[in-house]
Amino acid sequence: MLNTYDFPEFDYVQSDEQVSGTAARHSVVIVGAGPMGLTAALDFAARGLKVVVLDDNNTVSVGSRAVCYAKRPLEIWDRLGVAQKMLDKGIEWKLGRVFFRDQEVYQFDLLPEDGHKIPAFINLQQYYLEEYMVEACNQHPSIDLRWKHKVVSLNQHDDHVELAVETPDGIFQMEAEWLLACDGANSDTRRMVGADFTGHFFQDRFLIADIVMKADFPTERWFWFDPDFHRGQSALLHKQSDDVWRLDFQLGWDCDPEVEKRPENIIPRVKAMIGEDVDFELEWASVYQFACRRIDDFRFGRVLFAGDAAHQVSPFGARGANTGVQDIDNLSWKLAAVIRGEAPVALLDTYNTERAFAADDNLMNSTRSTDFITPKNSASKRFRNAVLDLAKKAKFAQPLVNSGRLSTPTPYVDSPLNTDDAGDWAGQMRPGTCAADAPISKGGKPGWLLEELSDGFSLLALGVDVVPVDAGVFTPKLLSLGKDFEDDEGLISQRYDASEGALYLIRPDQHIAARWRSFDAGAVKAAISKATGGPNK
Amino acid sequence: MSLILTPNIESPDDFYEVLTEAQREMTDEQANDMNARLVLILANQIGSLSRLKEAVALSQ
Ligand SMILES: Cc1cc2nc3c(=O)[nH]c(=O)nc-3n(C[C@H](O)[C@H](O)[C@H](O)COP(=O)(O)OP(=O)(O)OC[C@H]3O[C@@H](n4cnc5c(N)ncnc54)[C@H](O)[C@@H]3O)c2cc1C
Repeated sequence: MLNTYDFPEFDYVQSDEQVSGTAARHSVVIVGAGPMGLTAALDFAARGLKVVVLDDNNTVSVGSRAVCYAKRPLEIWDRLGVAQKMLDKGIEWKLGRVFFRDQEVYQFDLLPEDGHKIPAFINLQQYYLEEYMVEACNQHPSIDLRWKHKVVSLNQHDDHVELAVETPDGIFQMEAEWLLACDGANSDTRRMVGADFTGHFFQDRFLIADIVMKADFPTERWFWFDPDFHRGQSALLHKQSDDVWRLDFQLGWDCDPEVEKRPENIIPRVKAMIGEDVDFELEWASVYQFACRRIDDFRFGRVLFAGDAAHQVSPFGARGANTGVQDIDNLSWKLAAVIRGEAPVALLDTYNTERAFAADDNLMNSTRSTDFITPKNSASKRFRNAVLDLAKKAKFAQPLVNSGRLSTPTPYVDSPLNTDDAGDWAGQMRPGTCAADAPISKGGKPGWLLEELSDGFSLLALGVDVVPVDAGVFTPKLLSLGKDFEDDEGLISQRYDASEGALYLIRPDQHIAARWRSFDAGAVKAAISKATGGPNK
Repeated sequence: MSLILTPNIESPDDFYEVLTEAQREMTDEQANDMNARLVLILANQIGSLSRLKEAVALSQ
């Protein structure tokens, strides 16, 4: 199979510390070089930390895995300088069609509003995503990526973690002040700290096939409920790069995964979907059972969890990697501040508060989609079919159709880092949401608002007079409309409800911490200290 | 406002007849399918989530 991509093989290099046999103490060690471990390495390095990344393998993601990446993770990768390649190679799409039996029920447009640098969604095979990030990591002097390094045990101490790591040269000891576990859904680290990982497994199986075909199917997401070519089940067709297409077939619980995986059984299913006379080759096929579960706490002493190691969702809605990247975005500035002694260790507990909240939101959405797609009893199936029947005739039923609610960021509405709003505000922005992008110009040259934000805090002044605020290491970068940039299209004013003037305090992860209608240096300082877990240093 | 629990259906006997007539010739399967569609149509008419929750609770 597989004939569009050559898997790289990264070199195993024995480390000096293994050769010398004395355990070295590192400030941060990341377990796992999947999308989360690699994103974390880039983000930590961008924030001035030195990181070691350990991966038990020596290549990128093998098999059919993530396809769709949403705007917010792409904005994070853009901040880290790796998004352009993904955007260039990826496929942009925005139209989805839903079918019931042999009829179209309705179509939806993701309606990406104009005036954002990054599109609503792109499709790209996970191996490309990882390959681009590995390249970027290799170019960064503060990132030490070690292949064929498997963490086999760990021991927690008050101020560090002791690790035993296995390589082709045997087992050696390492120490880390902080350990970030990005070792995926079957996380060994999670087991080693004794964490719970609870939720539920869906009693259903899915055949996921990637095929190569040169066909004129449009670049749209097609989802079928109970189609004539696959009665009683659901199916999905979606385009990726290099003429590779992702096909999903729901198989039910009684199927035999081993039998279903055989090409002679897959090929007739594919032909029934795309047509007898369309030429294609099978690139990869696997049978999955999906689960929705999360870890009980994202922090166990000096061990932090992110990505699939912390939460696993069914893929309807493309939430796995998309939400994992936002874990990293949330964690990296906090961990950097704690390691530098600029913020109390307690700031890391807000990583759990904010991201567990987001994980629960994702789990809820994935579970709802899965329940709609694979109804659990005949009554729910009847309602599901009633929704689909009605959606053809009456618009009111269309919002009830759930073939996956595509990933959007979860605002940290109740976060202890937010400063409560005073007064009335309109629009989407509020403390806890991530800052909306918008076009700007600077000295006549076009640009984007998010590109102007600082790696630290920013104070965005929209028609409000401000003077610099001294908040020590967290002193915000001042961005004043009319002075530092122009809002020619008026979209900033609109998106930030700034017609009467507005002042926004934005966190290092581009989330709103506080906002006001007028400037008060004391209020800004208090909000910064609230957002960083203590008095300003 | 909460769910109306006092008589509110205009001409109850007529309504009940419409419902019975609609399903007189149906198999259980067809009638159940129709009931599911009807629930959704009526739910849209109610609209308010809190009232719908009350209705679901009352019917359990
Ligand atoms: C069919 C399918 C479709 C999907 N579609 C989407 C989608 O469209 N969009 C989306 O956002 N997500 C999607 N996902 C989810 C996405 O693939 C995952 O969320 C993502 O891979 C998680 O990344 P991670 O880095 O947390 O873990 P992983 O990708 O699992 O990486 C973990 C890494 O840790 C290494 N490792 C494990 N144990 C050890 C150890 N003891 N020592 C050292 N290294 C170790 C592994 O070798 C691996 O490299 C999909 C998943 C599936 C299965």
